[in-house]
Amino acid sequence: MRAYTPKDNVQAKSYYTDRYYVAPQVPKSEVETDEVFASDLEAIKAKFEVKEAFIQVEQMIVYINPHDIYGVLELMRDELEYTQLSELSAIDWLAKNNTFEIFYQMLSMKKRKRIRIKYFIENGQAVDSVEKLFRSADWSEREMYDMFGIEANGHPFMKRILMPYDWQGHPLLKTYPLQGDEFASWYEVDKIYGKEAREEIGPEIRDTARVDRYDSERFARLGFEVPKGTEITGEEERNVESYQEEEGVFLIKKLNKETSKVIDDPQR
Amino acid sequence: MAQIKNRLTPFFENITFDRDDNELILNFGPQHPSAHGQLRLMLHLQQEMIVKAHPDVGYLHRGMEKMAENMIYNEFMPTTDRMDYIASSSNNYGFALAVEKLIGLEVPRRAKVIRMMLLEINRLMSHLFWLATTALDIGAMTVFLFAFREREYLMDIIEGYCGARLTHAAIRIGGVPLDIQDTFIAQLKDFLDKLPANIKDYEDLLDTNRIWLMRMEEVGTIPTEMALSWGCTGPMLRASGVAWDIRKEEPYELYDEVEFNVPWSDKCDNFARYRIYMEEMRESAKILYQTIDMYNECVEKGETELMAHAPKYVSAPKLDIMTQNYSLMQHFVLVTQGMRPPVGEVYVATESPKGELGFFINSQGGPYPYRLKLRAPSFWHTGILTDLLPGHYIPDVVSIIGTTNIVFGEVDR
Repeated sequence: MRAYTPKDNVQAKSYYTDRYYVAPQVPKSEVETDEVFASDLEAIKAKFEVKEAFIQVEQMIVYINPHDIYGVLELMRDELEYTQLSELSAIDWLAKNNTFEIFYQMLSMKKRKRIRIKYFIENGQAVDSVEKLFRSADWSEREMYDMFGIEANGHPFMKRILMPYDWQGHPLLKTYPLQGDEFASWYEVDKIYGKEAREEIGPEIRDTARVDRYDSERFARLGFEVPKGTEITGEEERNVESYQEEEGVFLIKKLNKETSKVIDDPQR
Repeated sequence: MAQIKNRLTPFFENITFDRDDNELILNFGPQHPSAHGQLRLMLHLQQEMIVKAHPDVGYLHRGMEKMAENMIYNEFMPTTDRMDYIASSSNNYGFALAVEKLIGLEVPRRAKVIRMMLLEINRLMSHLFWLATTALDIGAMTVFLFAFREREYLMDIIEGYCGARLTHAAIRIGGVPLDIQDTFIAQLKDFLDKLPANIKDYEDLLDTNRIWLMRMEEVGTIPTEMALSWGCTGPMLRASGVAWDIRKEEPYELYDEVEFNVPWSDKCDNFARYRIYMEEMRESAKILYQTIDMYNECVEKGETELMAHAPKYVSAPKLDIMTQNYSLMQHFVLVTQGMRPPVGEVYVATESPKGELGFFINSQGGPYPYRLKLRAPSFWHTGILTDLLPGHYIPDVVSIIGTTNIVFGEVDR
């Protein structure tokens, strides 16, 4: 029977994990331990619902409701002096509970603090664009759409940014294989030569580590070597390899200088 | 195989005229020498003036974030070299620091000093490269030759250290793999002693050069608001009136022990950015002199450790691996299966030569990161061209792209 591989997450997985292994946690601390973060959180709590907040690795993480995001970022920019949106992207939890986790990395240069605003959305749900608040979100949201297929409501130009415009599929989803899917393997063939040339050309080899032993151009065909450029039929005779050990290795176990003789001719 | 006719249409119509208005659409790149890589700009022109700019990126997209999710942590290190390949150690360092913060590792002091040396050498290399290419774009061939000559010395030093000139992979999670070679400090001092005179040479050629000033002054003005809104960092932000340097404000490694200034300007234009790059080279030299002293102190005190002691995450020194069974076993597990950082999240920003280089890692306790987001400064420095270019003329495009200092390995990742 073939081993079961889950289809909802096709990324690399550890091939062995101890049964009793319990992963340690990165320590979290209470928001009250930091004055600046505590007052910022109070200001956010006064106007919006905060689901969870804690400090991890010197930064505060705040979970909010998805529809509050524009308001929260506006409050942070205008009143709390978080003037820069450093980063914005998503984490794919579709395999776990069919949600995406969106995070907004904020920076306050006056307070020298960083806050990460987070919320969960269902698969297929769109986020509210914050492009009007921070222009940097223009490209970030496009990248998020490109990589995860999460659309941003109110974005002026919701198009792919890194992948080609006519690409299908969203590469950073956990369901998307590292080597690309069926569409990816035919994309360039279809585009350059047309679908009718598919049989003649074959799919694009997207696994760079793949070795085709009948490819005399890119791989020395171990045991079936042919001169470069020769037509390969697949029925070449095997080139017999021989090793010097096959005839027995000559070893001197005990050297007796009197009975042994010195050979002058190095070629024997 | 027989020749198969392709269906790519000949693409010599670079300019379209089929519109009613006077607007002309010019396709700049992606194979333009002054696009500094694979940047395609669609420029809407009224006469010579740009009214709308649409940067198109993605021609160098290799899916590094996807690759990171399928690699163990140490395996990903050489991949980070290919982000900002002009200063690759700074990428190595950003990633190593993020994983160290996730684990909670403390790196030995000697390794920290060596890391700082590498980072500042990389900053100098990057700034010299920037100066050379930008000056060449504007037409100053001499500066290009001078700056590349100096960069060559630095590359030689780095080559002596790690064997590579461009993609260093010179930093490991938990420290550095090697001590600096015997000739390192002498070579570095030799270089640093000559550097002020060299920088003066560049400045003599450029500072009062009429052509340079015309192409730089009052061109590509980025107001503070716009720079903040677009997520600009590094020299781009400092030239727009915000004195923000992560080395100073959120010090990592031993940057709180060294003395250096943060050059900034409120002129906001291309020339301000040029001045900041020049001043930063001087500051880097200052830091490097201090790290040499710090290194000598480490040697005097007999601090020889280069990698953190954390058997769960970092392999033991070579001597232990070759002599002790348990170290060998742990090394084997770390190489084949990889380290397993704790469950949690971290975002770590470092000051790379281009700006804020951030690594966001979400670990679920496995040997592969669950999600890794690379925050590359050049991505937003390219995005800002949308708002920056309108109102400028075609020749300004070249000088503006030059001073934004974008590297496409980093933009497309």
